[in-house]
Amino acid sequence: MQTITRQTLLDKAVSLLNSGAVTCVLGWKKGEFDYDITPAIFRSAEDLEANFVWNDFCGANFSKYLVAKTDRLDGKMLVFLKPCDTYSFNQLLTEHRFDREKVYAVGIPCEGMADIAKIKAITGDGISSIACDEKISVTTLYADAPVVIDSKDVLLERCENCKSKKHVAYDELLCEEGETIDSNRFDEVARLEAMTPDERFAFWQNELSRCIRCNACRDACPACTCEKCVFDNPKSGVENKAPANSFEEKLFHIIRAYHVAGRCTDCGECSRVCPQNIPLHLLNRKFIKDINEFYGEYQAGEEVGSRAPLVNYTQDDIEPGDVFNRGGDNNA
Amino acid sequence: MQVKEFKPLIVAFCCNWCSYAGADLAGNNRLNYPADVKIIRVPCSCRVNPMFILRAFQRGADGVIICGCHPGDCHYTSGNYYTRRRMATLFSMLDFLGIERERTRLEWVSAAEGAKFAATMNDFVEQVTALGENKRLEDLRCKR
Repeated sequence: MQTITRQTLLDKAVSLLNSGAVTCVLGWKKGEFDYDITPAIFRSAEDLEANFVWNDFCGANFSKYLVAKTDRLDGKMLVFLKPCDTYSFNQLLTEHRFDREKVYAVGIPCEGMADIAKIKAITGDGISSIACDEKISVTTLYADAPVVIDSKDVLLERCENCKSKKHVAYDELLCEEGETIDSNRFDEVARLEAMTPDERFAFWQNELSRCIRCNACRDACPACTCEKCVFDNPKSGVENKAPANSFEEKLFHIIRAYHVAGRCTDCGECSRVCPQNIPLHLLNRKFIKDINEFYGEYQAGEEVGSRAPLVNYTQDDIEPGDVFNRGGDNNA
Repeated sequence: MQVKEFKPLIVAFCCNWCSYAGADLAGNNRLNYPADVKIIRVPCSCRVNPMFILRAFQRGADGVIICGCHPGDCHYTSGNYYTRRRMATLFSMLDFLGIERERTRLEWVSAAEGAKFAATMNDFVEQVTALGENKRLEDLRCKR
């Protein structure tokens, strides 16, 4: 359950819109189902009244949308930012991807968003409607009574390991200033690192062979904002060819993760949007963990203008041949 | 039946100013290194985009080695420092995915180190030959 109500956000948006301080509002509206809440742009108070949504499924990170949507905008856009979104917001500002003057950022508190995959694991398929109140009540086609679930039990992985409740960028904050959290987000990476290479290979073969190359991870990622993407290359040699052993998209995933290495704020959008539930954030976290260990702690997006570790150097950096032989004996 | 001996395909990215000259020196001195090593000359080791390495593996390379000037000796002052960071993170990631770590290597070879170039290549080819064919990173759609 979220502590801030839809009404509070709605009042804020309507008053700013009516006063002319902003010309449009970037918010959430209902998608095809109750659980696929999608980002939307609202231009009138009536539209907001009718369609604005705020509940446990508003996971979308809005920062990326600012790049395309404020480009030709007259006036300002109001955007609601959860703490993790503000890191991406700063990162995009660092990269000069949008004009700060065109954005009015309102920081909102977040209690963690619900994972529909976990809900489906409890209720089964055939969800006809979901109501989010104190608890999430799920009505399915096959059960007589709605199933009531506490949203704390079905949090997204990224919210279970939430790294920060602190807003690092905003014009106005609708809650108390939060704190960064010492989370256990690298535990799973460490668990994999402790395996033998063959075990790791088997793990990733199992996970990545499910990939259908829908490119959702790329499209949702707030760090992936190139207008022309390497993966859209028709001469890559892989277009229109079925993979021969179903594990060939691994290269896509290495490259995708590498392209955002040092810039990834660990917002977890890639894993959230993955229709095959591949734990893609583990690849990004591996890079973050490595960078922290090799070159010192670095949190992308914490401050505007910080220099990313991969476009920086010192004269006594670790040699690539030594990166395997740190600490624990996991050599096969 | 005769079993065909495994010959690895090694791609070596050599920096124009040091390692390529080092390879030249190795040749001038009549030092032996296996013909399985295919040298690609790059202006600086930091010209090597990590995607080049993945692309080489995708199209059937069995090992990739990057050679550059020693740290501090870069013709462009700082290129190889960037290479070092990039390759450290990339190699660590490949290892994380369970790819054999012996298939990739970064070596610093100066223009005067012809002997080191030949020795490095001999060693690397031997290592990759022992590993056998690159099965984990190949992409049959791209192989020629």
